[in-house]
Amino acid sequence: MLSEQGGFEPEDIAAISRRHSSGQLTVVKPKMSLRKRLTNTYRYRDLLFGLIGKEISVKYKNSALGIVWSMLNPAMYILIYFLVFQKVLKNGVPDYAIFLPSGLLVWNLFQTSISAATTAVVDNAGLVKKVSFPREILALASVGAAFVFFLFQAIVLIIFMIIFRVLPTWGYLWLVPIAMVALLIFASALAVFLSAVNVYLRDTRHLIEVLLVAWFWGTPVVYPYMELAVPINKHGLLWVYLLNPVVTPVVTFQRALYGKVSPISTNAAHAVINILPSAGQGWYLTHLLVTIVVGIVLFVGALYVFGRLEGNFVEEL
Amino acid sequence: MSVAVQVVDVSKRFRLYKEKMTSLKERVIHLGKVPYEEFWALRDINIEVQEGETLGLIGHNGSGKSTLLKCIAGILLPSSGEIRVRGRVAAMLELGAGFHPELSGRDNIYLNASLLGMPKREVDRRFDDIVDFSELGGFIENQVKFYSSGMYTRLGFAVAVNMDPDVLLIDEVLAVGDENFQRKCLDKVNSFQKEGRTIVFVSHSADLVRAVCDRAYVLDHSKVVGGGPTAEAIGILRDYQLKGSGLNHDPNAAEAIDQSDDSSVGSSNRPQSPPALITSISLLLPDPSRGYAVPNDIVSLDLHYESTSLQEVLVGVEVTDVRGELVFSATSEDLGFGSYSLYGQGEFIVELGPMPLLDGMFSVAASLYQIPGGARIDWRPIEQAFKIVNPTKCTGMVNMPVSILQESGS
Repeated sequence: MLSEQGGFEPEDIAAISRRHSSGQLTVVKPKMSLRKRLTNTYRYRDLLFGLIGKEISVKYKNSALGIVWSMLNPAMYILIYFLVFQKVLKNGVPDYAIFLPSGLLVWNLFQTSISAATTAVVDNAGLVKKVSFPREILALASVGAAFVFFLFQAIVLIIFMIIFRVLPTWGYLWLVPIAMVALLIFASALAVFLSAVNVYLRDTRHLIEVLLVAWFWGTPVVYPYMELAVPINKHGLLWVYLLNPVVTPVVTFQRALYGKVSPISTNAAHAVINILPSAGQGWYLTHLLVTIVVGIVLFVGALYVFGRLEGNFVEEL
Repeated sequence: MSVAVQVVDVSKRFRLYKEKMTSLKERVIHLGKVPYEEFWALRDINIEVQEGETLGLIGHNGSGKSTLLKCIAGILLPSSGEIRVRGRVAAMLELGAGFHPELSGRDNIYLNASLLGMPKREVDRRFDDIVDFSELGGFIENQVKFYSSGMYTRLGFAVAVNMDPDVLLIDEVLAVGDENFQRKCLDKVNSFQKEGRTIVFVSHSADLVRAVCDRAYVLDHSKVVGGGPTAEAIGILRDYQLKGSGLNHDPNAAEAIDQSDDSSVGSSNRPQSPPALITSISLLLPDPSRGYAVPNDIVSLDLHYESTSLQEVLVGVEVTDVRGELVFSATSEDLGFGSYSLYGQGEFIVELGPMPLLDGMFSVAASLYQIPGGARIDWRPIEQAFKIVNPTKCTGMVNMPVSILQESGS
């Protein structure tokens, strides 16, 4: 019809519609504002999911058991820690096979995120050099993939809970998603920061591997929170312990899924042992909210550092 | 017309480390001070690309053209200045960058498209087009690691061109793949041009730039040294190429070549006063004010000589291109002019042309031969190579006269 009126070719129409649609202006500058950075990252959210999906499908391609491997790994850990601490060292924690995984899963999520994210930019050097996209997505995808593996591993915990007939503490269960959010924000902040630093200082990854071992034992996963919190509280140093942002999410998971605050020990003495803080939901919520606020501040700081370092990525890789 | 890409005062500094220090230990040892040299890959670049225009960036290796393209693409961030790009940008720096070998072609299309910034639902819509263009058919479900390099490249190109970009950045990628594929790429570039999309094209192939671009900028040593309509820009590029090539003969160098040449021929009588010498050689362009020739121009060579008394001397002429390859060589005998007798001082005018050459830098040398034995008496090239600028859209080496007739079917 248009061609009858004025002799428009289809190409002209395409050109006209293009002129109207292309309002979006990209500015490449040495520095990018934080808000710009966040909206840009949001625009690429499909890439985030794509990269997470790639991570998962690639990891277990060509393996017969596939995703089952990611469940066997924590199951093995749980079995060994269970034998060592419960049967050999006799720590006396009842239903240790539930206590342990409820904290270990959270720790695993944190550890996998951090160690994968540290090398994320360096490992994807080929992409970073050839394609333009918000590079922090590489670090965030490592956290995302770790989260998906966490969900698979949670199945192991559920199986254990069914076997040992342990019910979650329903009144605390609503805190679990909040604990998850708190942990993911903190892990993302650290992931973004370390992925950029590792481009310049390649031994960051080794340093992190070592630090994570110490960090693991500074988190109440294998031993109960109260066993460390009570003695250091006598010296007024409990705040140092709580400075570890992984502590609160771990304890929240244990409170909601394991739930025994001060049970009778399974040892011969049958004394009462303190495992979790005997505080109400308010204590947990406050601590989680503090962790979230701190996490957001750190995340913004990490994005700032990433932005400063990003400019020379291509040359350093 | 509005501006699609605006590059304002962009500079890019690279740090060249004498020794790459990427470990914490080494940084601590050097107290954070790592010795490096600064290298400016781009300096104060100002470029504008109009909407719907196809712009070429040309320059020799290391001139900064690819760095500039990476800055426009947002892969590199400039050290200072800014670049404004209107609309969606797709950069084709390496086809299939980001393909994961373990994933199927289908999964890689989604992943690659999202890397280029396209939302998933839009990929859903274009998926069939991409597969059609890639000509992969049923192989799309196979893992990419089983693809041939041709299939890989086709898929990469298919994803990139189906991004519906407003601004397309192309870096030498058209040089890969077989001829069929190259033609397909060029067809696609042509249809993009017709649709009014903006293209920025980086190449060191002057022919490709001439065939594709409306305008071009020339980069040399991190700076824009000129720009304009493609033919003009290519002329500027030739000038800069010349500076770095061996075509500019200074008389001493010519002498050196002369002597080494003679000794290889084994003429031992050279130390004696030679029987004849070319005392000067100069090239005259039909329009000296222009400074270059165009195809089909007639250029003439003015040759002065000094001689004792010689019979049966042949005049030789040879034309070489910028790489030193021989384009043409003949003697007066070959050309049917026979031989000459030389007494004292004299002059030859050698007319070359109409030049059946399209474009490039060329050098001309003249020589004198003695018929008995064919020994070369003297050889001398012009001091400045001359340039042929091709104002047409034809590409290639020679200016071939071509005519096309249509014979109607009925």
